[in-house]
Amino acid sequence: MKGNRRSGTRETAIAAVALLIVLVVPFVHRSPAFEDFVIRLSSMALFATSLNLLVGNTGMVSFGHGMFYGLGAYAFALMMQMTELSLPVAAMLAVLFTTVAALCVGAICVRLSTDYFAFITLAFQMLIYSVIISWQSLTGGDQGLRGGLPRREIFGFDLASQLHLYQCCAVVAVLGLLALRHISASPFGQTLRMIRDNESRTGFLGVVLWRARLWAFTIAGGFAGLGGVLAALFVSGAYPELADWPNSGQAIFAVMLGGINSFLGPVLGAAILLALNDAVARVTEYQGLVLGIVILIFALGLRRGVLDFLRVAWSKDSQ
Amino acid sequence: MDLHALGACLTTSACVVTQTTSGLIVGMLLFLVAAGVTLIFGVLKIVNFAHGTFYMLGGYVAYTTLGVTDSYMLAVLAGALSMALFGVVFERALISRVYGSNVLMQLLICYAVVLIFDDLVKIVWGPEFHAMGMPQAFQVPPLFIAGGVVPPFYAVLIGIAALIAIVLGLGLSMTRLGKTVRAAAINAQMVSALGVNTTLLFAIVFAVGGGLAGLAGALAAPVRSLSPGMGFSVLIESFIVTVIGGMGSIAGALASALLIGLVRGFGTIGFPQFTDGLIYIVMIAILLLRPQGLFGRRL
Repeated sequence: MKGNRRSGTRETAIAAVALLIVLVVPFVHRSPAFEDFVIRLSSMALFATSLNLLVGNTGMVSFGHGMFYGLGAYAFALMMQMTELSLPVAAMLAVLFTTVAALCVGAICVRLSTDYFAFITLAFQMLIYSVIISWQSLTGGDQGLRGGLPRREIFGFDLASQLHLYQCCAVVAVLGLLALRHISASPFGQTLRMIRDNESRTGFLGVVLWRARLWAFTIAGGFAGLGGVLAALFVSGAYPELADWPNSGQAIFAVMLGGINSFLGPVLGAAILLALNDAVARVTEYQGLVLGIVILIFALGLRRGVLDFLRVAWSKDSQ
Repeated sequence: MDLHALGACLTTSACVVTQTTSGLIVGMLLFLVAAGVTLIFGVLKIVNFAHGTFYMLGGYVAYTTLGVTDSYMLAVLAGALSMALFGVVFERALISRVYGSNVLMQLLICYAVVLIFDDLVKIVWGPEFHAMGMPQAFQVPPLFIAGGVVPPFYAVLIGIAALIAIVLGLGLSMTRLGKTVRAAAINAQMVSALGVNTTLLFAIVFAVGGGLAGLAGALAAPVRSLSPGMGFSVLIESFIVTVIGGMGSIAGALASALLIGLVRGFGTIGFPQFTDGLIYIVMIAILLLRPQGLFGRRL
């Protein structure tokens, strides 16, 4: 356990340094495009890393993770528009709401075998999506929630300013990732990896499989909701696309692109994917075509994500 | 919610006939798609998330063939056969490379194929909706059954799908190929060890699955409009059908497709805003009571 604690301190230090660098950049050089990118990345990174808690750690391939992302965004945006709650309280309630939703969905899904699980999570996502589309009086239907979020100040931060939004998103994302890192390094995280590697043996050791999986699913849902909150802040509203299936596909690809066996893999994957999407959008309107071909190259050619690839290459070199 | 309207509908024979027919159409088309999904899953243990793409392409191929040859029969044949071929190519070129690896890879490949072909359809046929229109031969006055209006095309459509269900069911239970397929579903390695060419068998399964989806797309084209991305809603519903019926069970797929079709048919009267939700509620209820599905073996 001692080694564990030491590595915990090290990770906190790394996170602090990373956060510091990100926060210092705007004081050296203001670049709206870069700040924009970091804001979107913070949301996508939380989303993809939370999914990797399921895919990489537990071996549960969820194709419906986008529902929690969308739910988080809608819950937050609706609370901001309809109540007088302050921003942090609304954000926390939105994450809580998403966590409870994940608990309910998970209670039905986690006992199913892997293939079924991918099926059913996707079906649930489409249920949420169809509710969002058809409940027009609340969600604005396929137009999304418009009218913007009331910009309330928090602790002297004014989120209408891009710089303040940038700082806020960076802090939330780094804290969120650190929390996820702690979860995945904890004994609970070890249990999840044990389930992934051999579920029957884990069961023999007295671990209640469905309970551990349900916890993982609930936690992952909550963090995806946090990502959704950041997305809602960025777009200043909520759109049904946030809860649509291609969004789940993007998250799965981000996870795979970066590497499922490295904690920071999904973050890197999210960054590459966002940059790729931006670059492709500039060249052609047929983003799906290009993205699809890139996915095929990765899935059939490399067969593992960038960070995993580097790690394997690294350990071969050092042997 | 409009239970009053539902009650009124259930007591008039005209409304019952009309809604049952539309429910049967939805159900039968769903069955054709879901049969492929369940067959492919049963034998190859592959969840084909790209199955909706077969359905979509089948519809578009039929649309173009009809424009060129002016024969609906040829159009349906072209839709089904081209998708059977596409299924083989898809299996050989992509899916066969990830047999035995985890679901993540299969999922990604299917996701990529869906993205690519949705865009290709946009490039070839344009992003707008296309209407195929009722084939000439069926532009005749509707039939009246017990006061309900049934267009003859609907009757033919239900008939064709029912015929295919019977052929598929008999083929799987009576023929040598069908028995081999069922054996491979239980233990493909053993079947291979007994001297059966399982590579060929897997390709055939994908051809049948793809062909059925293409057929469904071609049959549905005159009654629904064509658009890029149309495959996805069908895919989700065929998944729900597969889950309710039990993965790998053709009889289960038929029963649950009809159930979903009828829920849809009558749901639009009673719960016009909530028809989709109704289907999910049926699915969740069945998952909670019988996780293996209506006709599935215990997992």
